[in-house]
Amino acid sequence: MRKVGIIGASYTKFGERFDASMQELAWEAFKDAINEANIEPAQIEYSVVSNMGGWSSESLPAVIVSEALGINPRGSVRVEAACASGSSAVKLAHDVVASGQAEVVLAIGVEKMRESPSRTVVEYIGRAGNFMWEFENFGLTFPGYYALYATAYMSKFGAKEEDLCEVAVKNHYYASFNEKAQYRNKISVEKCMYSPYVAWPLKLYDCSPITDGASAVILASEDFIKSHGQEAVWISGTGYATGTANLSKRDDFTGLDAARKAAQQAYVKASIDPERPASQLDLAEVHDCFTIAEIMAYEDLGFAKKGEGIKLIKEKQTYKGGVIPVNLDGGLKAKGHPIGATGESMIAELYHQLLGKVKGERQAEIRNGKALAHNVGGTGHYAYVTILSLDKGERS
Amino acid sequence: MSDETEKLKEAAEEAKKNLGSPLITDQKTSSSLWFDQRELNVRYMISVERIKKFYDGLLEGKVFATRCTKCGVVYFPPQSYCSSCRSDSMEWLELAGTGELITYTVINVKPQSFSHYPDYAVGIAKMPQGVNVLAWIDSDIKSLKVGMKVKLEVKKREPENYLTYWIKPE
Repeated sequence: MRKVGIIGASYTKFGERFDASMQELAWEAFKDAINEANIEPAQIEYSVVSNMGGWSSESLPAVIVSEALGINPRGSVRVEAACASGSSAVKLAHDVVASGQAEVVLAIGVEKMRESPSRTVVEYIGRAGNFMWEFENFGLTFPGYYALYATAYMSKFGAKEEDLCEVAVKNHYYASFNEKAQYRNKISVEKCMYSPYVAWPLKLYDCSPITDGASAVILASEDFIKSHGQEAVWISGTGYATGTANLSKRDDFTGLDAARKAAQQAYVKASIDPERPASQLDLAEVHDCFTIAEIMAYEDLGFAKKGEGIKLIKEKQTYKGGVIPVNLDGGLKAKGHPIGATGESMIAELYHQLLGKVKGERQAEIRNGKALAHNVGGTGHYAYVTILSLDKGERS
Repeated sequence: MSDETEKLKEAAEEAKKNLGSPLITDQKTSSSLWFDQRELNVRYMISVERIKKFYDGLLEGKVFATRCTKCGVVYFPPQSYCSSCRSDSMEWLELAGTGELITYTVINVKPQSFSHYPDYAVGIAKMPQGVNVLAWIDSDIKSLKVGMKVKLEVKKREPENYLTYWIKPE
């Protein structure tokens, strides 16, 4: 397999983007990424479009995007891995380049969730699991699925609702410095605690919002990067796994098995010690669709021992200067969560972080030149862990 | 149609009179939005032929799982084949007896199609046959505790008037 690097990446302003159509959002992300990569659209040989859809009008987002970007007649495909669609697009784009089928491939995610009223969106995401046995009869919602984990976690490890709110406080803090974030207001634990319940024990401020947005990542082969003379960040390992569609078929509700498996795979591929990954990574983007999800991610990724994720956030170890800074862009929680575009936006953020291009309060200190994106689809239905590195590593 | 959508529809009708096109304005951003003139209602017809006995069971007040007669793996939701040993020889097994509530939540913000219900509790019960069942919990929400003893109960869901199963504290 050939080495694959990222040569340009971007995400749009996230939020209620009533000002822009799906095509315009895709263009906004693509334009910045291709300018950064310093290539022409005609050099893109294939594209992978991540989109969940349902709530938006277009049934064939990949052709909509290809036309909008002016990259016809290059081949394309739309991929879906729920909230991890974006990382799945980057993985496929990586594989097309790594296998020698193309030199330059685009992974682009776009989501227009606000084309539908919020109750319809709640309904669609509630159906993202097993429709017949968990939604049709019992009306689960996405916060509801994660609330089942929160209840079990809190009961087993004695965590409190206040502890979960600490995650929201951190992610809003960093989003306040990110001009592309949906919510740029700093919040307190009190504000979070007084917000209304969405799915007990999760409250409004424990939840990521409904978001429109797009994000693009341009991947290229080592040969192309060498001749093009572009600075690159390398994909040094991707791990992936799935979990049962029915939550009822799982044994443990205090962590996501798929995320643990994906992390272990990625660590092996990227030569990271799974016993102490935080010491080898400069920062991480983790899938904080809900506050409990970030806590479980700390443990599933091995940043904290089982049951000690709460301690990590309470001691501010996932702020800059701590054991490992997490979600310096504000995370899904405050940057926003346009389902199909979230994965690419995590990778775009890490690309800029590793190259030191973020600047200001949000820029992490880069010592190891390695960063990790943990992107979960549904409620641990899909998991992708992608490790990026400034160091190309040995040809594998 | 929700109240929210009904209001937007009225605004679009008004706009068609005044502007000639169904353009509505987002209050926060002042952006113009085209209000879709084509409505799509979806209702699926889902195949249950091979697990029809499950619904016969509900009529008798029983919740059935399936068990592979070759390797013994139990499936809930009931599965008509064994993906563990590839056998098609399955038998029905009633999920009777006392289980344990392993987690639960209360749905406060509901999907559109559940908006006619008051807040409802959903839990997962571990049954003695070795499988878990996710269902609404028929109990005072405040009395719920992880680890409490529960059983399954079949009754009609109102107002839709069809049989389903509940988790009920013992």
